[in-house]
Amino acid sequence: MTHPPAATNPAPKVRVVTLKIDDHDVGARETDSILEIAQANGIRIPSLCYLDGLSTWGACRLCMVEIEGFSKPVSACSTTATEGMKITTNSARLKRYRRMILELLFAERNHVCSVCVSNGHCELQDLAAECGMDHVRVPYRNATYTIDSSHDLFRVDHNRCVVCTRCVRVCDEIEGAHTWDVMGRGVNCQVITDLNQPWGDSQSCTSCGKCVQVCPTGALVKKGTAAGEMEKHDDFVPYLAQMRKRQ
Amino acid sequence: MNLEDLADITEAVAAAAESRRHCVRVCMAASCQSCGSGEVLEGLQTQAKQNADDGVCIKPVGCMGLCSAGPLVSVDSDQPATALLYQDVTVDDTEDLYHSLGDQPVERLRCRTDVPFFARQQKVVLENSGIIDPEQIDDYIAAGGYRSLMRAVTEMSREEVLREVKESGLRGRGGGGYPAGLKWATVAMAPEPHKYVICNADEGDPGAFMDRAVLESDPHRVLEGMALAGYAVGAEHAYIYIRAEYPLAVERLKTAIKQATKKGLLGRRICETALSFEVEVRLGAGAFVCGEETALMASIEGRRGQPRPRPPYPAEEGLWKCPTLINNVETLANIPAIVGKGGAWFKSIGTENSTGTKVFALAGRIANSGLIEVPMGIPLREIVHEIGGGIPDGRRFKAVQTGGPSGGCLPEQFLDMPVEYDTLRSAGSIMGSGGMIVMDETSSMVDVARYFMEFCMDESCGKCVPCRAGTVQLYGLLDKIADGEATPSDLELLEELCDVVQATSLCGLGQTAPNPVLSTLRYFRHEYEEKLRPESERMPRMQIVTLDD
Ligand SMILES: Cc1cc2nc3c(=O)[nH]c(=O)nc-3n(C[C@H](O)[C@H](O)[C@H](O)COP(=O)(O)O)c2cc1C
Ligand code: SF4
Ligand code: SF4
Ligand code: SF4
Ligand code: FES
Repeated sequence: MTHPPAATNPAPKVRVVTLKIDDHDVGARETDSILEIAQANGIRIPSLCYLDGLSTWGACRLCMVEIEGFSKPVSACSTTATEGMKITTNSARLKRYRRMILELLFAERNHVCSVCVSNGHCELQDLAAECGMDHVRVPYRNATYTIDSSHDLFRVDHNRCVVCTRCVRVCDEIEGAHTWDVMGRGVNCQVITDLNQPWGDSQSCTSCGKCVQVCPTGALVKKGTAAGEMEKHDDFVPYLAQMRKRQ
Repeated sequence: MNLEDLADITEAVAAAAESRRHCVRVCMAASCQSCGSGEVLEGLQTQAKQNADDGVCIKPVGCMGLCSAGPLVSVDSDQPATALLYQDVTVDDTEDLYHSLGDQPVERLRCRTDVPFFARQQKVVLENSGIIDPEQIDDYIAAGGYRSLMRAVTEMSREEVLREVKESGLRGRGGGGYPAGLKWATVAMAPEPHKYVICNADEGDPGAFMDRAVLESDPHRVLEGMALAGYAVGAEHAYIYIRAEYPLAVERLKTAIKQATKKGLLGRRICETALSFEVEVRLGAGAFVCGEETALMASIEGRRGQPRPRPPYPAEEGLWKCPTLINNVETLANIPAIVGKGGAWFKSIGTENSTGTKVFALAGRIANSGLIEVPMGIPLREIVHEIGGGIPDGRRFKAVQTGGPSGGCLPEQFLDMPVEYDTLRSAGSIMGSGGMIVMDETSSMVDVARYFMEFCMDESCGKCVPCRAGTVQLYGLLDKIADGEATPSDLELLEELCDVVQATSLCGLGQTAPNPVLSTLRYFRHEYEEKLRPESERMPRMQIVTLDD
């Protein structure tokens, strides 16, 4: 396809819409997701798989919100706004759902915080506190996963992974290495490096550490950190994504 | 190829048939093959050779419906219902069978055709099934095939084709029941030049084999439907996504595509027009979730078969971000008849909101299991007790499970309900793709729920948390209840978890996984509660009574 000359090719027009989130009137571009609009307006919607700068995944389902006229709740990160939408982010029903989703996550693998290097700096832990999940009613599955310490600098502990694929996406979309991927299905899903080879043997990994920084839990950590020491910094992602776009 | 060529082929086939004294049809669909129809076919062919043919045509055909009595052989009629029909035929019977032609039938093998199983059916999708040889395009053409496509591309505008489909009221047979005309119109309206048509042949519901039977018995019908769809929406490329576990269907499809392409009915410049329509077969590796449309498209694109949130719907942004029409096999197999006979004709069959016929796979505790096609709106009782022949061994009907893992169980009180999309839904089940599993008084509904939950747990793609981590917990709870080790709080937890998984899962698999649990809880709650009581207080299982007793 041939493009018309730049002067007659202005950026595509994006319409502005107005909507209501929890009784706040807000304005947004029609391409924005409900989650982005809420964040821009200081309204907090719990989320775990979403990370600004990475592609939307829509998998943790914590960001579910209710929209007037919709029979079912929708995920705020993957739903764009339309004119006149009336959104509720924190009904009793939504709170119940979020709590149960977190319980399911805690029961799925091992999330004993006291012995985790990410203790105190963990998004899963923070979400549990925020959503009032103080105990787990479903039985723990007590599945044992492996730990891969073969990388010189980092370690992956699958027992603490929530399969949010933030590592997969940052490595693919920002670093361009595509070291990570997902293997298996259902409850046997697991993130893997290369073709399920030890991370330390990886030919594709550049050791940039981006995956470690975006991992919300203690699944990906720097070696040599003791319980509670591992702090993450994922705020570089939107910046890098922006710079990419401009190029 | 033009209309005249089609007429010539039809004449030639008819003339060849005239010159034969007898035509013996042997079902070579997968279920009859699995009980030895291949040997029966060979045996009959050997007989024909030994007798120097003497005007007998031995013809491999597709499914005749009554799979539980297979291998089936029909003699001298192009309708199983009026033919001399033989059941449970073995290779040892072929000599007797051959020599009886034109003489007294072989009584010991006879299958009655004056029963409701044959009389009550109404065939649209399966009209050629069991009659034509699925590997011979000329047979399909002689049965009236490719006329609709030919007429459409030479005499009708796209809008006219669309109008017939809309008028027909046809709803998608893949499970959702979305109006086909509306979907087609959305894709047709998209301004993009590149569009795709996808035929979803990933059929993975346990107990369902409707799409497989259509593809094995009459593959050209599906291709013709796809080409009509391509014409109506403006797409020149199409994919059939079919599971690799259906090798016979795959092989017959590939043969059909080759034959149709050679005759200029598919490929470049179809039917002597400037239009192209190319069809490619893509094999799925047998993941149930790959039947979900967004996962299916990811799989065709070569990515991991995982669903993504919709919108955007495929009609807007589908395969390689192009507008895509995705329809089920049975949906597309209805199209040639709709375009040929008109939307109004189709609408006259069935009920107001569920038009046409539906193919069901009858299975479970029922006398006649197999494939049936009936008009929408037929009462459940007729399907179970008349066409299906009732419950064997003098047992009582207990429930029928419709809609596969996304569906539910309906007890006796619904037997007089007309079978259509909306009535099934309001009763807490769904039409789904057409699986029907009949259960008698010996079935435990907790076991049924546990079975379907195990299926969903195993087939969950693992992307989203409620489905991945929720179905495994639901299965655990059902297992605990079934084993009599649960407490009332487990039942409460089960219900709460069902609500969460249903309301928050990303795709249809997770959203519907709790349905079998919820519907059995709704109508057979006492069976769950019974399991919560201490063992000594429980009633023996055979004495469990149904709700309306
Ligand atoms: C988990 C899951 C599995 C599905 N499997 C199939 C399938 O095997 N065949 C099919 O036609 N549709 C299947 N569907 C429905 C498709 O996503 C889609 O709605 C359908 O192919 C559309 O065709 P229709 O409008 O002709 O029904 C499935 C949906 C889900 C959620
Ligand atoms: S360290 Fe960098 S390159 Fe290596 S896996 Fe992590 S994100 Fe990918
Ligand atoms: S390792 Fe961390 S970032 Fe990667 S999927 Fe698991 S929890 Fe998410
Ligand atoms: S609902 Fe189940 S199958 Fe569907 S995306 Fe979620 S995990 Fe995958
Ligand atoms: S943040 Fe929306 S689903 Fe995870």
